[in-house]
Amino acid sequence: MTSIGTGYDLSASTYSPDGRIFQVEYANKAVENSGTAIGLRVKDGIVLAVEKLVHSKLLVPGANRRISTVDRHVGLTTAGLLADGRHITGQARKEAQVFRQWHRTPATLKIIADRLGAYIQMYTLYSSVRPFGVSTIVGGVDKTGPGLYVVEPSGVYYGYHGAAIGKGRQLAKNELEKLNLTELSTREAVFEAARIIYLVHDDAKEKEFELEMSWIGDETNGLHVPVPKDLHDEAEQRAKDALENFE
Amino acid sequence: MQQLKSGEVNLGTSIMAVQFDGGVVVGADSRTTTGSYIANRVTDKLTYVHDRIYCCRSGSAADTQAVADAIHRSLQQYTQVYEGTPTVHTAATYFENVCYNNKDNLSAGIIVAGWDKEVGPSVYNIPLGGGLFRQPWAIGGSGSTYVYGYCDATYREGWGRDETVEFVKNTLSLAMARDGSSGGVIRMVVIQEDGVERLFVPGNELPKFWEGLEVLGKASAQPPVVPMAVEPL
Repeated sequence: MTSIGTGYDLSASTYSPDGRIFQVEYANKAVENSGTAIGLRVKDGIVLAVEKLVHSKLLVPGANRRISTVDRHVGLTTAGLLADGRHITGQARKEAQVFRQWHRTPATLKIIADRLGAYIQMYTLYSSVRPFGVSTIVGGVDKTGPGLYVVEPSGVYYGYHGAAIGKGRQLAKNELEKLNLTELSTREAVFEAARIIYLVHDDAKEKEFELEMSWIGDETNGLHVPVPKDLHDEAEQRAKDALENFE
Repeated sequence: MQQLKSGEVNLGTSIMAVQFDGGVVVGADSRTTTGSYIANRVTDKLTYVHDRIYCCRSGSAADTQAVADAIHRSLQQYTQVYEGTPTVHTAATYFENVCYNNKDNLSAGIIVAGWDKEVGPSVYNIPLGGGLFRQPWAIGGSGSTYVYGYCDATYREGWGRDETVEFVKNTLSLAMARDGSSGGVIRMVVIQEDGVERLFVPGNELPKFWEGLEVLGKASAQPPVVPMAVEPL
């Protein structure tokens, strides 16, 4: 870490001489420590899946969800600092509501990603604040079709066919690249998503995790909802089977 | 509350908009008054707010011009920010927001009409209090009160462009004949996917099929028009 001790990393409002903002890079490190989250944009919808690391056996299974609904047609999940993620979720919901009030029509995914990006970027400009330690996946189906975006701690956002953030993102991206995402149905994508989360989970380092999944597509009538329990369980079982055959 | 300030220029108007299969026809008379004085006899009350969206203005000339200008600006900004053309619904919502939020200070009755990719042709009425109503056809201004019955009885779904233009022309002529603060010429705009066309009917060529033989004379060149086709029971 060449940045340490130089003094250029003490504030988000200071550049290093080669034009970097170390506080933003540190924020990315916070994301890398988080459980993996992935998003798949397929033919008729999107699927979100997260590897929710359970740090205590006392936590109620299924509680403390990592995926949330931003608007009827938009889902969001973050990787990184959990509290920052909650704040971003709140902001995304606010943006969606403000847009609805102004335009009397739901916001497109592009607009929500753009506004979240603008918001997050504001926290990279001032010495009095710290950049958000989260990357955000926003996905949904709007009038233009399915949309999937990732907003990074710097505020930049990109649209994706398949997105992965957090610890296992590299392995997950490799798996996503093998899929023919534009041809997949949302139902098929649920199985793939579950498989990828189980595959990237490193049980040498973390023992306990919960698989959390949501989807939007023709089958859900354009609404963002958790994957139904029977489908979730089937996908989870298949993921475990696939893993055994793999090893 | 006073309707208009003393001396304020009024669009005591007849305006209308009608949707048909491929587009909309908006139309208006051309009279602008200050009291009994005709301030402008060739006014254009059909105002461009976007490529395929127009509004018909009634009420205070100053208020409706200011509102139309503001919405024109908002829609230009919309095209830049969202990289696409706004829908008629979006434009109408903008109008409604301004008209509702400033209802105590405005006298503006506006009809927004146009064509967009999402729903095709549409007509929205925004009457005095700032409500927002989608309608197959809408009439407004002081002259409109005289022709509600005519429109109810005459309008039919499934008309083409030419029939709709005739309907607008006839309705406005009837309104202008009865309403003292409407008159002059008829201006119309036909908005369709592939273009916008302006139509003009001079004051001496207005239809007057209802005036009877004594006025029209036997050799009247007026086309035969059935103002109301009464359906058998």
